Amino acid sequence: MTQDENAVIEVPAAANFYQILTIHGAGMVGAIALASVAVQWFFLNKYLDLSARVFVANLGLFLIGVVAILASVFLGGFAGGWTFLYPLPAHSMGIWGRGAAALFMGGLLVIGTGFLLLYLDIGRALLARYGSLWRSLGVPQLLGSTQSAPPAAVIAGTMVLIVNTLGIVAGAAILVMSLVNLYDPAFRIDPLLAKNMIYFFGHVFINATIYMAITAVYEILPVYTGRPWKSSRVFIAGWVASTVMVIIVYPHHLLMDFAMPEWAEVVGQVISYTSGLPVLVVTSYGALTIVHRSGIRWDLASGLLFLSAFGWAAGVIPAIIDATIVVNQQMHNTLWVPGHFHFYLLIGVVSMVFGFMSYLARGGRAPAPTRGGMLDGVAFWGFVLGSLGFVAMFLYSGSHSVPRRFAVHLAQWEPYDRIASLFAAVVVLAVAVFLLRFFRNLRNAVRAEA
Amino acid sequence: MYQALALKLTIVFVGLVMAAFIYVAARAGRRREYAEVQSRAYRIRGYWFWLLVLLGTPVMLYTMTSLPYSSAAQQAGQAQTVRVTGHQWYWSLSQDSVAAGRPVVFEVTSADVNHGMGIYDENMRLVAQTQAMPDYINRLAYTFKQPGDYRLLCLEYCGVAHHNMSAVLHVTAAGVH
Repeated sequence: MTQDENAVIEVPAAANFYQILTIHGAGMVGAIALASVAVQWFFLNKYLDLSARVFVANLGLFLIGVVAILASVFLGGFAGGWTFLYPLPAHSMGIWGRGAAALFMGGLLVIGTGFLLLYLDIGRALLARYGSLWRSLGVPQLLGSTQSAPPAAVIAGTMVLIVNTLGIVAGAAILVMSLVNLYDPAFRIDPLLAKNMIYFFGHVFINATIYMAITAVYEILPVYTGRPWKSSRVFIAGWVASTVMVIIVYPHHLLMDFAMPEWAEVVGQVISYTSGLPVLVVTSYGALTIVHRSGIRWDLASGLLFLSAFGWAAGVIPAIIDATIVVNQQMHNTLWVPGHFHFYLLIGVVSMVFGFMSYLARGGRAPAPTRGGMLDGVAFWGFVLGSLGFVAMFLYSGSHSVPRRFAVHLAQWEPYDRIASLFAAVVVLAVAVFLLRFFRNLRNAVRAEA
Repeated sequence: MYQALALKLTIVFVGLVMAAFIYVAARAGRRREYAEVQSRAYRIRGYWFWLLVLLGTPVMLYTMTSLPYSSAAQQAGQAQTVRVTGHQWYWSLSQDSVAAGRPVVFEVTSADVNHGMGIYDENMRLVAQTQAMPDYINRLAYTFKQPGDYRLLCLEYCGVAHHNMSAVLHVTAAGVH
């Protein structure tokens, strides 16, 4: 199908695609954030006195937000993308109404409020236990204190608390501004300011999912290997550096906004390069070190957690390449972008979450009393190959200039889509097995306890 | 074209990371004292850190010697100027024909929502782009080497007919325009 032929495609058919795209963007980020914060909360609760009520309140607010977003998209026809990029929510060309846009942005606001409450509770517990975030981040040990450093989970939790509180507050501010604009168009927002706030929020929020879920690697691989994951000075240095870099690197989303100050774009590229160091030199390298010659017994949990360290490390490579300004000019908003973020989110974070679930459903014991059997092995390798094939097709398509967020592709691009769909189907089947195993193990654990 | 280079570099470096993980996974079964493993791993980590720094720094610095942001201002006077305005869902161009071999400065803005102006050659390869924003003018300088019909596609999601936003820019042979 050529672009000219596209012109006759009915808008309603394309609208369905963009509605699904909107739900996919907001839904996947929301779901993985909820899962990641649960992973982090589970382990932080070992070291801190956290409030279960606040945890449940976050879940409740999340569900309310989800209902609002589903209603806005499927009942109201909202298809403004997760980015709700000002002023698109108010300019639908008659496709969706003001109420639908308000419901979507209101839903995001409610979800963000729930997460903020949870972080405030984590902050309260950190201050009660360590006295300051400076200490719970391990800075005194980095500066030479000989006192024992906080556990890795606490250091990671502090970093996420700092960055994601800032991210959520920025997101909430632009959501409220956009809501006011919806009902009072005379209240105008500087589009570049809006873009900065939206991408700062989006960048920090999605990165925080990795920094929350990685706690599973820090806590579970030591159980499997019998080796501790210590908060060394190098480890703390990596996390302190990441705290700063995650906050200031976001202009790499705005490299094609030539109206941005040039220094900000340069910061975007430079910090993108340096951001790779803590991943490649500290966490993923740490996973290799703790597993090497450890006598580890491989099962679904340990396999997925080890795979997740690979997914994060490997995924940052195409991301760093894309953050190179001269490359970005030929790759920005092509399928290269979902290629790299699916790499570290699908093979990275999703593996962390399913690795954690597999561990949890067996009552937090390792190694597994019995081998998982052939089905686990087939599902694991299906997930590995399906995910790699899926992200490879994204990256390959991006290298052939295929735009992202297009309801219709040129005929020459469609074979890439079809191959990617096959790999995606393999991933879905593998994840179905993970879920099946999770619920079966959970049922067995509950019966055994009873 | 940076696209092919990006793909090759990704394959090589992802391949190296994958090889490291496969190597460790394959040798994970036989247990050794952790102190012994750690001592060696920390030594290698130092080399690994400096290798990344020594490899990444020159690349980072070199690629920043030709940033696109101020090139439009530098080309002013000798360039052909095309004013491009994005609308839901079409482009309006002050002219639809330019000459190859001479710089073209695109003054890109939007009349409604955010758009992205991506310039595709006849092989549907993206050669350059900038965002089209309401209230702002982004100036992009580009010199077409080959004549032909280039397409302008929208590269920022702008509503449900986003994929239909297309215009043709005729690039004539140098001196013909």
